[in-house]
Amino acid sequence: MSKIDFSKYETKGYYDEMFAATHEVRPSYELFKKRLEKLSRNKLEFLQHATDRAQLSLGMTFNVYNDNKGVERILHLDIIPRIVSGPDWDFLAKGLEQRIVALNMFIDDIYNDQKALKDKIIPRDLVLSSAGYLKECIGLKPPENVWSHISGTDLIRDGEGNFHVLEDNLRCPSGVSYMLENREILKRTFPELFEKLHVRPVHDYSHYLRDMLESLTQESPATIAVLTPGTYNSAYFEHAYLAQQMGAELVEGRDLVVKNSFVYMITTNGLQKVDVIYRRVDDDFLDPLVFNKDSLLGTPGLFEAYLKGNVVLVNAPGAGVADDKAVYAYIPRLIKYYMGEEVLLPNIKTYICAEEQDLKYVIENIGKLVVKQTDGSGGYGMLIGPHASKKEIEEFTIKVKNNPRNYIAQPMINLSRVPTMTEDTIEGRHVDLRPYVLYGKNIKIIPGALTRVALTKGSLVVNSSQGGGSKDTWVLDNK
Amino acid sequence: MYWMNRYIERAENYARFMDVNFNLALESPSETIEQWKPLVVITGDWPLYESLYQKVNKKQVIYFLGFDPKNPNSIYNCITNARENARAIRPELTKEVWEQINSIYFFVCKGLEKKRWKSDDPRSFFKKIREDCQLLYGIFDATISRNEGWHFGKIGQLLERADKTSRVIDVKYHILLTNTEAVGTPLDVMQWAALLKSVSAYDMYRKKYGKLTALNISEFLILDKTFPRSMLCCLIHAEQSLYAITGNSGGFSTSAEKQLGKLKSELEFAEITDIFNSGLHEYIDGFQQRLNAISTHFYNSFFTTQIEQIQQ
Repeated sequence: MSKIDFSKYETKGYYDEMFAATHEVRPSYELFKKRLEKLSRNKLEFLQHATDRAQLSLGMTFNVYNDNKGVERILHLDIIPRIVSGPDWDFLAKGLEQRIVALNMFIDDIYNDQKALKDKIIPRDLVLSSAGYLKECIGLKPPENVWSHISGTDLIRDGEGNFHVLEDNLRCPSGVSYMLENREILKRTFPELFEKLHVRPVHDYSHYLRDMLESLTQESPATIAVLTPGTYNSAYFEHAYLAQQMGAELVEGRDLVVKNSFVYMITTNGLQKVDVIYRRVDDDFLDPLVFNKDSLLGTPGLFEAYLKGNVVLVNAPGAGVADDKAVYAYIPRLIKYYMGEEVLLPNIKTYICAEEQDLKYVIENIGKLVVKQTDGSGGYGMLIGPHASKKEIEEFTIKVKNNPRNYIAQPMINLSRVPTMTEDTIEGRHVDLRPYVLYGKNIKIIPGALTRVALTKGSLVVNSSQGGGSKDTWVLDNK
Repeated sequence: MYWMNRYIERAENYARFMDVNFNLALESPSETIEQWKPLVVITGDWPLYESLYQKVNKKQVIYFLGFDPKNPNSIYNCITNARENARAIRPELTKEVWEQINSIYFFVCKGLEKKRWKSDDPRSFFKKIREDCQLLYGIFDATISRNEGWHFGKIGQLLERADKTSRVIDVKYHILLTNTEAVGTPLDVMQWAALLKSVSAYDMYRKKYGKLTALNISEFLILDKTFPRSMLCCLIHAEQSLYAITGNSGGFSTSAEKQLGKLKSELEFAEITDIFNSGLHEYIDGFQQRLNAISTHFYNSFFTTQIEQIQQ
């Protein structure tokens, strides 16, 4: 059986994370390449099968909406890791920290003084018409003035290898359980490489998460709960996993009651007060008295208890105003405005369809652009112009014209690639990078991330709900 | 039955220690000797190791604890001894138990033959040992009547378990608390988590206490009444089995009962802060000595007298 051979690996046209050119491996991948070249194709396939089995036995399954075939799937884990060098990471971490501080100042400002609106840094209408803006949160001061305690920012690398922010996820970013479990699995796949490469550890994430949640309340010992929409939610595995890893209670809305504006959990021994709720339920479904009146998921009175400071909700309701995709376009200006600094991690050029000139450009060039819904996520409700059919483009043009506020457009970026296992060979596949930031009394960025990979050849859509897979992300300790 | 279960419990513990330690070592920057020496110290066979080998490294330690015929407590020897015991008391065992012990035995022999300690990742080997031992516990409980033999078996298992948990606490605390630089660092959290995982206590601990603190972890592993590997919990159930054998419902008729009951009651009323104030190491040391004394009394009460009777 032949050994793994990279001599025909194609790198043309894209930034490849492993190779600068076909025969020129990047330094951070050198050891990995040597190790891989000692393996036969058979052995590598054996390792890949072993990881598939490991994922199944860990129960790392997710549910896909709009799919009748069966509800449970695993997020495919490709065994070839994405390796980030130490200096690259340290730069990213600085940029992420800057961004999350500015974003939280922005949210706090919008619900309080609205200075940025008065100074016309960002159009008032654009912010107040965002789906994530909640007038109920006006005047709110969450603990530590932090609104988005747990965030995950999607980063991409362009053809020249420069990092850009693709979007911010300030509400309930998912995927961190995959970062943690992927690492556990890969440590079993390539144990000898971990010893030699000095990969920075990620396993303490759940400890930091718990510490951060505890730091938001005066109560000690604090009762912490993870609020899930339930077992049918696509990210239920993660909700259960995080609750178990940090020793928190896993609850649904119906397990909670509010009495005298305090939140209690119903247990076999009566009611137990809950101090901090890491909620993985959207704002709309938190409290039917305040938000979506028809929802059966929420807990009546929860929001009032929160306003009175009797319970902490993480992330704060209303934080979504800042991850609106139209607001995104203004973030470099907001960073300058609030912090007096230049943005470290640049945005991608964004056309705001709510603005007349931009709309005109988008309609004329829609075939070249990626068009996204401003409140969308998970790869739903978007159009990739260069890959779309004529019919899809026509339909989307009508949608954009009918409701321009709801759309933005960006030029298509050729995401960087990482070698990935295919049926019979190893080929480059496009990836993004989602690191996770914890923000309580101080900011903690775990040196690791979820790398999502578009498994279909040529595809740029990395979302798990759209045929994407994942890779373990190794941040090296080198300087 | 007492010794058979004791050996199996020991083998299972060793397999778990090595799996956890191997995993830990992959992500910690420290030197090999600091990672692997404590493992040998926990088992109490450090003097033997020193006399046999000059160097401490991963493969040597894995060989010593897992396979070494010269180490009377290696997994290989534990399983071999357990099987010899099982052969001697074959009529007391069920077919299912006997077959399972045999199957573990041949698996370990094959591991020795194939030099598994040389493999880059012996974790799958240890995982299989662990699972097979746990399967054996299940078969033992599910197929054997609650007769005297079963209770003897339980006592062996529980005394061994209490001993191993106490040793893990002692050695790990020594490292964790003397190394003040590491307190509060990621490495520190990792070490605490590994300590809990090495006695399968991580999940249940997190559920009960949440945050990892030195005081809570020691309270859980020493004084918890319901966690099956805590020192107190082992003693509570060992005492119940001992009563079932002697037919007592309280008090004592043998010196083993007296000693065991006394140690158990002391733990029941102990406060973790007092244990810390009087010195954890001294406390654990005392516990181990008394546990050894209980084993000796137990042996004298039940085994030697029988032999004497037979000889007479």
